[in-house]
Amino acid sequence: MSETATTAPAPAEEAMPRPKETLRRLIQGDLASLRVVIGLALIWAIFQFENDRFLSAQNLTNLMLQIAATGLISIGVVYVLLLGEIDLSVGAVSGLAAAVMAVLNVKHGWNPYLAIAAAVAVGMAIGVLQGSLFSRFVVPSFVVTLAGLLAWQGALLQVLGSTGSINLTDPKITGLANTFYSDAVGWIIAAVVVGGYGAVLFLGHRRRAAAGLDSESFAGMGVRFGLVAVVTIVATTVFNSDRGVPLAVLILLAFVVGMEYVVKRTGFGRHVFAVGGNAEAARRAGIRVNGIRVAVFGIAGTMAAIGGIMAASRLLAVNQNSGGNELLLLAIAGPVIAGTSLFGGRGSVWTALMGALVIGSISNGMDLLALSSAVKFMVTGGVLLLAVLVDAIARQQRSATGRV
Amino acid sequence: MSDGAPLLELEGVSKRFGPVQALDRVDFAVSAGEVVGLVGDNGAGKSTLVKTIAGIHGADEGTIRFEGQAVSISRPQDATALGIATVYQDLALCDNLDVVANLFLGREEVSAGFGQASRQLDEARMEHQTGELLSNLAVTIPSLRSEVGTLSGGQRQQVAVARSLLGEPKVVLLDEPTAALGVAQTAQVLNLIRRLRERELGVVVISHNLVDVFEVADRIFVLRLGAAAGEFAAESTTEEHVVSAITGVGSEREKQNGDPEAGAPGGGGGER
Repeated sequence: MSETATTAPAPAEEAMPRPKETLRRLIQGDLASLRVVIGLALIWAIFQFENDRFLSAQNLTNLMLQIAATGLISIGVVYVLLLGEIDLSVGAVSGLAAAVMAVLNVKHGWNPYLAIAAAVAVGMAIGVLQGSLFSRFVVPSFVVTLAGLLAWQGALLQVLGSTGSINLTDPKITGLANTFYSDAVGWIIAAVVVGGYGAVLFLGHRRRAAAGLDSESFAGMGVRFGLVAVVTIVATTVFNSDRGVPLAVLILLAFVVGMEYVVKRTGFGRHVFAVGGNAEAARRAGIRVNGIRVAVFGIAGTMAAIGGIMAASRLLAVNQNSGGNELLLLAIAGPVIAGTSLFGGRGSVWTALMGALVIGSISNGMDLLALSSAVKFMVTGGVLLLAVLVDAIARQQRSATGRV
Repeated sequence: MSDGAPLLELEGVSKRFGPVQALDRVDFAVSAGEVVGLVGDNGAGKSTLVKTIAGIHGADEGTIRFEGQAVSISRPQDATALGIATVYQDLALCDNLDVVANLFLGREEVSAGFGQASRQLDEARMEHQTGELLSNLAVTIPSLRSEVGTLSGGQRQQVAVARSLLGEPKVVLLDEPTAALGVAQTAQVLNLIRRLRERELGVVVISHNLVDVFEVADRIFVLRLGAAAGEFAAESTTEEHVVSAITGVGSEREKQNGDPEAGAPGGGGGER
C-alpha cells in the first residue's frame, strides 16, 4: 500500500519498467517500500513457521493495537527526519501529554475531550518551543531535543505528583484503544476506503488527461487499485474474525493518510522536502525556512502527544514509565527501517506505519516464542543496523551512478 | 540593443563585510533586451554585487532604481516582487525534487475549489506549464519527473535558468552560468541566454570565461577590488582591453612589457 502513495505521479513509461530495471531500483532504494514489504513477509513467514499462532486473527489484531501508539509518534518523526533533523524528545513528550490528560480528566474532572485537547496542545506547544529554539539560535536539534527529553521526563514526574500512577476510567478515553466495530460496520468502512481510493485514482487520471499530459496506463492503475482492495478486504476479514475492526487502527490509518497527503500533495509538504533537500535553495526560493522548521517540530510534538494518549488508553493508566523505556528509539528506528532517510529530503509517512509493523512484528513474534528481553533488544538493534546499512549502500550506488 | 532609461540602475552602491570593502561606490545599469557581462578577478565583488541586487544581503549605502523608481531591496522577496530573478552559481536546486517541483519551488500552483483550503498542489497544471516553458526555450530534459540530482550539469543549469523565468521577471541575473560545463553544454546555455534577450529581458551574466562573455554580451562591465574598473561595448573592444581592466595593470604594461600578470593578448582563457 505504501507503493501506491509514493509512485502516484510517475509518468507512463515508469509504470511498467523492465525486470532488470525493477531489480536495480529495488536495490537502490527507489522501491524501498517494496523492500520493506518483502522483509515483513519474511519476518511473518519465519514466526508463523516457529509458532502457528503468529498469523492468527487474534494475534494480528493484537499486533495492530500494539503498534498504534508507536506508529502515531513515528508520523511526527518522519516529518522531522525529512528535514534531516532528529527529535529525541518525542517519547518524553508522549508521556507528559498523557499525564496532563490523566490529571485533568481524573483529578480535576475535566470533560475527556477537553482533557485530550489540552494534552495535544501541550505536545504542540512543546514542539513549537523546541523548533523555535533550534531554528532561532541555530542549536543542533539533537541537543535541543535531548535537553527536552530530560526536562519533559521531569515534568511528567511533577505532573503525576506523589501518586506516581493514575488509572484511566473514562470510557471516552479508554475507548480509543479498546473499541471494536461490528462486522457490518467494518465492511462499510472497507468499502469506503476502497471506493475512496478508486475515486482518487480516477480523478487524478482525469485531471492529467484534461491538462494534456501522459497518464499512467489503465493496467498500472488497475494493479494498484487491486492491491489496495485486496489488502483492505484481507485486513477486514482478519479483524472481523477476531473482535472486529479496531478504532485505534482506523485512527492510525487516518493520520497516516492525512499526513501523507499533507507532505506529498500540499505546498507546505513540498517546502518540507525542499528544506530537507537543500535549505539554502529553499531560502532563496522565498520559502520561510525557519517557519517550516518550527511547524515540523510542532507536528512532531503534536503527534507524540496523540501517540501518548493512545498508549495511555491501551494501558488504561499513566505512570512514571509512560513514554519511557525503548519507545523513543523504536519510534525513530521504525521510519528509518522502512526507508525514510536519516539525511533528509527522502521518505514517506507510510514508513511510520510499515516500520512500526516490522518492529512490532519482531517484538510480538519473540514474545510468542517466549524469548527474553535481552534477545529482543539485540535482534531489534540488528534489524535497525541492517536497514541503515541497506540505506547507506543505496546512497552509495545512487551517487556512483550519478544519482544524488 | 537598448534604448531609453535603463531597467535597473545602481548608483554609488557600497557593501562592507567587517574590514573588507566588498563593493565600493559602484554604478551599474542594465536595460531591456540587453546582455551585460559582469567580469572581474576572484574577490572583485561580482557575486556580492549580484547578491545585493538579489536581496541576499542589503547594500550599506547607495541607491537602486528599478524602472526609474528608487527601490529598497533588503530581502530576496523584494527583488522577486520587482521582477528581478537570480540564477546562482551553485544552482540552488533541490536534488531530491523533480524538475517540475524545482521549477515551481516557492511559487507552487494551488488547486482551485476543494483543494484550495489545504493548499493542495496542482501537479497537472504545473507539469503542463513546465513542458510548455521548456519547449519554448528549446530545453530538452529526459523526463519532467526526473529528480534534478540525476540530470547533467548543462541540464541542471538550463532548469535553473528556466525556473527564473516563471515569475515573468524583467531582469535576470546569471552567476557563472557556464562554469564547469562542457563545450556542447556551454553552447546550449549561451543559446538560452540569447533567447532571454529576444524576450526583451535585461540579462546580467557573471563569468570568468571571457570567450563566453564576448559570445553573448552586448556590454562588458569590469569590477576590480570592489570598484568599477571599466565598461566596454563588446563589439568594439578586445579581450586584451578587458583583461587589463580586470587585472589593473594596463597602464603599467607600457613600461613593463612582458609582465606575466598582465596577460598576453587573448589571455582571458587563463583567467580562471
